[in-house]
Amino acid sequence: MKRQYFINANIVDPHNSMNENGGLIIGEDGKIEAIGKKVNTNNLPTRERPIDLDGKYIFPGLVDMRVFVGEPGYEYKENFRTLSNAALAGGVTSVVTMPNTDPIIDNVSIVDFLKRRGRDKSKINIFPCASLTKGVEGQTMTEFGLLQEKGIIAFTDGIKTIQNSRLMSRIMNSAKDLGSLIMQHAEDYELAKNGMINSGIVATKLGLSGIPDIAERIIIERDLTLLEKTKCRYHISQLSSEKSISTIEYRKDKVQFTSGVSINNLSLNENDIGDFRTFLKLSPPLRKEEDRLALVKALKDGLIDVIVSDHKPEDEESKRLTFAQAATGASGIETLLSLSLELYHNGSLKLETIISALTNNPAKILKINKGNLSIGSDADFCIVDINKPWIVKKNKLISKSKNTSIEDKKLQGKVLNTFVKGKELFKL
Amino acid sequence: MAIKTNKAIKISQKHLLGIQDLSINDVNLILDEAKDYIKLNQSSNKRTDILKGKTQINLFFEPSTRTQSSFELAGKRLGADVMSMNISNSAIKKGETLIDTAMTLNAMHPDIIVIRHQDSGACNLLSQKVNCAVLNAGDGRREHPTQALLDALTIITRKKKIEGLRVAICGDIVHSRVARSNIYLLNMLGAEVNIIAPTNLMPKEIEKFGVNTFTDMKKGLKDCDIVMMLRLQNERMTSSYLASNREYYEYYGLTQDKLDHAKPDAIIMHPGPMNRGIEIDTVLADDINKSVIKEQVELGVAVRMACLKIFCK
Repeated sequence: MKRQYFINANIVDPHNSMNENGGLIIGEDGKIEAIGKKVNTNNLPTRERPIDLDGKYIFPGLVDMRVFVGEPGYEYKENFRTLSNAALAGGVTSVVTMPNTDPIIDNVSIVDFLKRRGRDKSKINIFPCASLTKGVEGQTMTEFGLLQEKGIIAFTDGIKTIQNSRLMSRIMNSAKDLGSLIMQHAEDYELAKNGMINSGIVATKLGLSGIPDIAERIIIERDLTLLEKTKCRYHISQLSSEKSISTIEYRKDKVQFTSGVSINNLSLNENDIGDFRTFLKLSPPLRKEEDRLALVKALKDGLIDVIVSDHKPEDEESKRLTFAQAATGASGIETLLSLSLELYHNGSLKLETIISALTNNPAKILKINKGNLSIGSDADFCIVDINKPWIVKKNKLISKSKNTSIEDKKLQGKVLNTFVKGKELFKL
Repeated sequence: MAIKTNKAIKISQKHLLGIQDLSINDVNLILDEAKDYIKLNQSSNKRTDILKGKTQINLFFEPSTRTQSSFELAGKRLGADVMSMNISNSAIKKGETLIDTAMTLNAMHPDIIVIRHQDSGACNLLSQKVNCAVLNAGDGRREHPTQALLDALTIITRKKKIEGLRVAICGDIVHSRVARSNIYLLNMLGAEVNIIAPTNLMPKEIEKFGVNTFTDMKKGLKDCDIVMMLRLQNERMTSSYLASNREYYEYYGLTQDKLDHAKPDAIIMHPGPMNRGIEIDTVLADDINKSVIKEQVELGVAVRMACLKIFCK
């Protein structure tokens, strides 16, 4: 690989507290050689022809902590190749994949398969999760130690929640012994039973069963109580309500934990469901505008650490049904950054806060050397025109599944190029 | 309700999916049309040929006696060709989706499809996929517009108006599409609506619909002109909502001592089918001076004839 030179970029790298106009040099080994304002035309070798980015932005490649890939079992929804291409178009270079495949990622032999497929078919960095319990049935815990040794980054039942408190307590004990990261999708099944959307006026009007916000809070309260006893690495996958935030705010200085939020819950509310739009059937559900605003504020205040796409590809057949029958989830990895930038353009959040929640914060939780532009690190980054206007059209999405929650939405900011280990793998 | 409209006014909607979508003119148009059919239905020759040559398909995914037979009879009395699909023998049992069923039926060029489905919003989905008019005969917990319209017609027939009346709707509100449609319609027509239910059967934030809510039935019935009882929908109850039917009857069953809190000339309504001895005392249900339950069924046919005529272009 030839050495590459970029100049005159706005570089935002929260890990190194960098937000400045400068350049970037990528070495022949695909690693970052130099970065920042020191890199400019005055100190580059004269024979080199650097690429002038004309004030475009450089961000570290995004680290998306909650992504569903259909492989194995649901290849018709998304495979590693289509996921990679979709991710690259959104500036995402590292993903944490959920174990809810068929079969479930719950034993050592399937991890070998997964790693091989990921390596052969994927262009981005895949960090697979295994399930917390066998078959995500919430009964018997999986082999955290052995699975970790095979390269599992974290443990979660993905779309499911550990309901049994005794089991959760034992999971935390094991996780503490083995240094494992536990990620909980917080929802009390009994309170949320048959629920499809947020409990309240919209559910009442549409005649759909509701999922109350306390269904989330009660699991968070329980887990944080258990965490006081057993201090393990614990992450709440997605928060969705103001009530949950008041809980974590109260607990933050007593126990150590981290939390995430889906870009859907940060950008949309229950009113967007309109006339039974099944693409907005999500878990956790979209809630009230007050909840959305509370989530944005929590991100601003540092109570929430990461933003995830909660990318859940579903084919047309799973969505062209009545709301009750339709599958849950939305495709979102391609629009994650652009939709997040909306919160910058409308003055809700600082650019650094958003980029941090998409890069170095998830990397820190996962303990991986990604989501930064440090010298010597892999040159995983994206070049972004943060002002470029565009309209989301599902048929133009690269992902195999077109179930976007923001069809026809006008966005500002688009990824122009994405690099992984110094190689340009996406170009608009 | 005294607003008399010009009959030339056209309906604003292509489909009848819910009361929510209707304007007051639409409602008056339907009710005025229905009044004409009441007399026809009482005469010896009930048949007209207003919808001659038109095809009506009844698509009932949920068991129904009165609504299905009412729609069937309404179509036949207007001279339409009426076909009622038997879902238990159809391709739906073989795994066909609602949209595919809709496309199949659509290819047969019906003029109107009447649908009842257990899922809220099923009629909305259907209406997006077919060319003909869709009439909602009940979707999940969301709406049952013709029931609300026939209830309104029954009230008008008895009380000569709706505006200013106080109406109590009592019982299993959370599972009831009848309650939702009635709330919209009664509000639109100027009635005051009291909702009476135990908290477990009260939908979230229902007060935002502009109704008064009560957990004490006697307070809720105070000075009411109309007492509308709803059926306890045991088939929709997935977990313990109530301790027992016995206790429910004690606190929410309509009995004479509770009815005494309403106005002396209050009338009793029920969309049927009734659970006698659970939500309503059997003697009250059969009291011809107070109960208009049979009248509701009778006027139901007239209202459905009006809807079929108006929506069948």
